[in-house]
Amino acid sequence: MDIQPASQSPVTPKLPKRAHSKDKLQLFLMALPFLVLAFLFSYLPLYGWIYAFYDYRPGIPLAVSEFMGWDWFTSMFSNEVQRQEIIRVLRNTFAISGLNIATSVLPVIFAIFLVELRSTRFKKVVQTLTTLPNFISWVLVYSFAFMLFSVDNGFLNNFLLDMGWISRPLNILASDDHTWMAMTLWSVWKGLGWGAIMYIAAITGIDQEIYEAARVDGAGRFRLMWHVTVPGLMPTFFVLLLLSIGNFINNGMEQFYVFQNAMNTNHIEVLDLYVYNIGMTNSNFGFATAVSMLKSLVSLFLLFIANTLSKVIRGDSIF
Amino acid sequence: MSVKEKFSWFHFFNYAVFALITLICVFPFYYLFINTISNNDLSSRGLVMFYPKGLHLTNYIDVFKIPGLGQAALVSLGRTLLGTLLTVAASAFLGYLFTKQMWGRRFWYRFLVITMYFNAGLIPWYLTMLHLGLTNNFLAYILPAIVQPFFIILVKTFVESTPVALQESAQIDGAGHFKIFTSIIFPLITPILATIAIFSSVSQWNSFTDTLFLVTDQKLFTLQFILYRYMNEATSIAQLMKQTTGAVNIDLANMATPTSIRTTVSMVVVLPILLVYPFFQRFFVKGIMIGAVKG
Repeated sequence: MDIQPASQSPVTPKLPKRAHSKDKLQLFLMALPFLVLAFLFSYLPLYGWIYAFYDYRPGIPLAVSEFMGWDWFTSMFSNEVQRQEIIRVLRNTFAISGLNIATSVLPVIFAIFLVELRSTRFKKVVQTLTTLPNFISWVLVYSFAFMLFSVDNGFLNNFLLDMGWISRPLNILASDDHTWMAMTLWSVWKGLGWGAIMYIAAITGIDQEIYEAARVDGAGRFRLMWHVTVPGLMPTFFVLLLLSIGNFINNGMEQFYVFQNAMNTNHIEVLDLYVYNIGMTNSNFGFATAVSMLKSLVSLFLLFIANTLSKVIRGDSIF
Repeated sequence: MSVKEKFSWFHFFNYAVFALITLICVFPFYYLFINTISNNDLSSRGLVMFYPKGLHLTNYIDVFKIPGLGQAALVSLGRTLLGTLLTVAASAFLGYLFTKQMWGRRFWYRFLVITMYFNAGLIPWYLTMLHLGLTNNFLAYILPAIVQPFFIILVKTFVESTPVALQESAQIDGAGHFKIFTSIIFPLITPILATIAIFSSVSQWNSFTDTLFLVTDQKLFTLQFILYRYMNEATSIAQLMKQTTGAVNIDLANMATPTSIRTTVSMVVVLPILLVYPFFQRFFVKGIMIGAVKG
């Protein structure tokens, strides 16, 4: 999910001051079916962590499966091959997340310069069309990528060959040379306009009097941006930044799954995709569960850090 | 705003850069489209680049002859409509309940919010779905999507910003919680519900991994999943088309090629979004501002 809540509102409605306990229970019973759904799909799977301690094979009941103890966990570090794998996958995860965080200033810049456009109609057109990519699936993004960059008769190759700038077609999709960068660029393409929406909202929320005061003091356009707009956007930016730290280890797998091929797997396999590949494709349920269990714990730990940082820096927790 | 603006390099560059960014965002859509309506032979050789050549609409007719595609469209449409309806209803109702003095409200609210940040992981989740009988089951598309903490937070925040007096007066008139919800709250919160409806329907329509994880039954494949398969298998499908249409005299311009099939199916997948998007854009911009400004 792109947008996350800033914080839980401290304001509670004063409406039913002295609600009867019967009434309270009635309200709870109305919510119960939905709470059960949340339990089934978010809490019940936690029981599945038990598979991390067994050599579970699909079709064989757990009771008959061999108990492994901590073997799956220790093999991650003691088995040389597996250790190399984990290191490679972690490297990819961190690189791609790091690049995504590094590019998270782009929507801010986008928003700051967009509000400078004088034509309201042009502004609207830009906003509408740049948000569009956010609403299509990664499968479709891959379809675009294939049309534009494929080695045989893709748009880019044909164009460059026509112009005589290259003599052999570039195989961009099946090359491992710039995988991290390519993935980051696709994320930027998909998310830039959308990411800017919230900053544009925040800019409109900045008090106009501050701008006027600064203008009276002789500030030019860039000084206004730097000394008024940027500080005004900082709170929003920090909330989103902290949330992305909490999500550092979760890149999701859809984007990488659709772009993955035999050539680029070395640099594209992030943790989520790795868990899928060893768990669902190779049916190594025990090891995959162990990896995703560690991942969940690390991500909880990162979220805790982000939340603490948020409390220290902003005096408000994320959740 | 001054009446007459002087030429400035700043604005010149600003307009130029934004025009370029917009072009980059739109070009793939355009490029795909002109390739679906162009001469298939030229298109498959990558010769249709900036404008369509040899217009025809055969691809759109042919693509629905592909076995399984109509069924997939129905599944995609069904999950989008039903899923969205239930998600919106549940978010509205729960968001409202959480503004009330519900039993254990703080606890249950946290109970839901935590699920946004924490999950057990793919394999435990998959095995749970398996044990709940939700593999190869249409409900697998619907049930897990009903309760979405983020949407519930949006509704809760929105309800809290509506005048309390309205609810109070209804209560004095003897309305129960459900009555207040349906006749007072529901009409008030339609803007945020429209936002949720868009988010939810787009994510239902675009969803791909749940089919990948949970479904092997061809009857339950979605358009996105079919498209993914076609990305990998388009060559064999073109072969199939050739056999089923039984073309004797080879008409290269209109004959299905791997490229024409990929592009046309892509277009079929993206078209609903392109059609619906312009009408709803103003809603979600507003809705996101509510979410962003909150508190």
